Amino acid sequence: MVRTSSRWTNFVFQLLAIVLALAFTSLVMVLAKANPLEAYRNIVVGSLGSINKFSDVLVAWVPLLLATSGLLVTYTAGLWNIGVEGQITLGAIFTTWALRVLQDSTLSPGLIIVIGFLSGALGGMLWASVVAFLRIYGGVNEIFGGLGMNFVATALTIWLIFGPWKRPGIGSMSGTEPFKETLWLPTFAGLRISPWSLVIGIIGIAVIYILLQGTYFGLKLKAVGRNRRAAFLLGIPTTQYMWAAFLLCGLFAGLAGAVQVLGVYHRLIPSISSGYGFLGMLVAMLINYQPAWAAPVAMFFAALNIGSIQLPIVMKLDSTLSGVLQGALVLAVLLMDGVRQRLLRRR
Amino acid sequence: MNVELINIHKWFGPVHANDGITLRIPSGVIQGLLGENGAGKSTLMKILSGFYQADEGEIRLDGKPVKIESPADAIRHGVGMLHQDPLDFPPMRVVDNLLIGHRGGLFPNRAEAIRAMQDLQARFGFNIDPYAYVDSLTVGERQQLEIMRLLWLGARVLILDEPTTGISANQKEKLFATLRALAEQGMTVIFVSHKLEEVEELCHRVAVLRQGKLVGEVEPPYRTEDLVKLMFGKVVLPEDKTHFDSKESLFRLENLSIEDYRLQIRNVNLTVHRGEVIGLAGMEGSGQRQFLQACAGIIRPVAGEIYLGEKRLTGRPYREFLEAGITYVPAARLEEGLIPGLTLTEHFVLAEPQNGFVVNRQKAEVLTTQRIADFSIKGVPSSTVESLSGGNQQRALLAMLRQPLSVILLEHPTRGLDIESTIWIWGKLKERCRQGTAIIFTSADLEEILHYSDRILVFFGGKVSQPIEATKTSVEELGQLIGGKGF
Repeated sequence: MVRTSSRWTNFVFQLLAIVLALAFTSLVMVLAKANPLEAYRNIVVGSLGSINKFSDVLVAWVPLLLATSGLLVTYTAGLWNIGVEGQITLGAIFTTWALRVLQDSTLSPGLIIVIGFLSGALGGMLWASVVAFLRIYGGVNEIFGGLGMNFVATALTIWLIFGPWKRPGIGSMSGTEPFKETLWLPTFAGLRISPWSLVIGIIGIAVIYILLQGTYFGLKLKAVGRNRRAAFLLGIPTTQYMWAAFLLCGLFAGLAGAVQVLGVYHRLIPSISSGYGFLGMLVAMLINYQPAWAAPVAMFFAALNIGSIQLPIVMKLDSTLSGVLQGALVLAVLLMDGVRQRLLRRR
Repeated sequence: MNVELINIHKWFGPVHANDGITLRIPSGVIQGLLGENGAGKSTLMKILSGFYQADEGEIRLDGKPVKIESPADAIRHGVGMLHQDPLDFPPMRVVDNLLIGHRGGLFPNRAEAIRAMQDLQARFGFNIDPYAYVDSLTVGERQQLEIMRLLWLGARVLILDEPTTGISANQKEKLFATLRALAEQGMTVIFVSHKLEEVEELCHRVAVLRQGKLVGEVEPPYRTEDLVKLMFGKVVLPEDKTHFDSKESLFRLENLSIEDYRLQIRNVNLTVHRGEVIGLAGMEGSGQRQFLQACAGIIRPVAGEIYLGEKRLTGRPYREFLEAGITYVPAARLEEGLIPGLTLTEHFVLAEPQNGFVVNRQKAEVLTTQRIADFSIKGVPSSTVESLSGGNQQRALLAMLRQPLSVILLEHPTRGLDIESTIWIWGKLKERCRQGTAIIFTSADLEEILHYSDRILVFFGGKVSQPIEATKTSVEELGQLIGGKGF
């Protein structure tokens, strides 16, 4: 009985959270002298209005979903891998590097693309392993380690674009020289989304779902995250599990970076991660770390991102409005969760 | 200052921690407060010093009823408490520690603090550099700092909770001299301890608590037997003297020495037999926990050898101890034993050896249902462990023990449980003994130790007694040993 009633109250509080987030975002728009309803309509039209637009949503969805998948692993292990942004960036750098080395070789383009993905995964894992090393052996909190490594990753990108990898003539913020089209991930005719990206994204979240929900690995990782001391006493090698969590997250982040290079930009650009790492953290928090919800919620966030691209053109509103809504949503959900727990405790 | 505690009651959930305690302490007196773990001494002192509020009862200072709502409030009324673990700020300088809690303007007056400190140091013969960092001081010096801080804040009642743990004999002498000097100047000193000798040496009068009640007030000359009898009383356990000691050697410790920042345990020799139960008696923090953890392979001994049968385990990693069938069951159930947020099923899956890559949920469910029935746990397979009551958490912990095991090391296996659960849990443990498992356990309850052990080790400040046959000793004798008589 307690169980059903608490499920109902949960639902009511989540609904309240969404209302609260919409109300807050609307208030922001009213202050900016814009019509909220029109803005919401524009976001919906801008993301779902045509097959083209929806395919753009999918383009954003895949890397966001990959980042979220990786973050679910570190969250389960009780780690705040804020360094995911840098790990995506390093994935992109490694992929670009592999392609630059191999683009003039005799290898078939398909093989080069596969090597590009593997290199990306490797780059993400490498960056994550720095944070893991600092955390596990140096006692440096992974939040600080990750934050530091994010800055290093950004600086590294800029240096590469304006230094060793600059375009013939002069380096520019538009990135490195684009790769030839044979090295692009093939897309659906007339659309920007590649079936291969979709396959990687879907397989990725499916693997994480199975790993976390059904296997000994997932259960032990959860034990490590919830109570490291008790997990150790139960005989779980906690250090190895923390390493595994960091490396897996790095792998997924690296793949996200590879997708950005191979399937979206076809070169290295300064903000290649597009903030999907941070956005992935919001998604993971919003779904309370349940993998089953990752795909739909990441889709929703991707749609908000793509839909709001319309706003500056149609309404002279800044497209960061989607960020306001996303942030407000996460904060409202966390807030309502806190309020719910307070109320229930008092009873 | 005259302190009067009148009819103090305090409940923690169903536990009646202070049960109508009335205690009057005149000024200029060093009052001893004796009692075993959980007798209610700390609760009573925390009520007086503002950490807790009494549910009923009254506190009078110099005859005036007062309401003490926080430690800061207490110090304004002149009551200061020195905690067992110093509550200071190790990464800060001595003088800044002194200034914390002192009321003053926006800018702290360091010069004044240092002047006051030098006065106090001269009065008591302390010698601490005001600019030293606190983490460079010894435990004894940190105590001196804390005493000065409380005096400077205007304390006229000084409560000391087990102040002699972890300080040298020299510093102890100095502390006692300080306390005597304070009492002569009209301060009221309350000395909480379990060390009989110290209480007898220092205190002008002693009050004894047991199970939340004040059971006696004694004045010198003290008779140790009377104090012990008052402290431990008599608890009646039903007759169940089943013993399975086979005299066949199983687990051997040779000259085992363990060190930690507070304690040194030296040269323990012990041979545990198959099916034997060894009880570890002693006050909390006397080294039993370190001893159990060294036996379990969690902390590494600094010297000596550990053997299971013929297998040498010294210095091997914890996992090898586990694989050899040595298991440690910690007292802090939700902090160390169980994983909050995980269900009973998930716990049993983790406790069993891994079987393949994917968890077989169905099999796990069946196993869990079975264990819940076997151990009469009030819960369902999907209950999270934190939703269970303490007794049921303890049952779950025991249900997680693998089959078979060589040695089970238990820390306070029945703490906080009612007598019925205690008997039931020992029934389960004795079943293991019948199968040849050896058990080593700690308990604060001497009756429990006497009742279920074959042999007993007594711990006192890191010193370990020779094994004592349970049939050849008594609560009184153990009580004296625990209080440090005979070491």
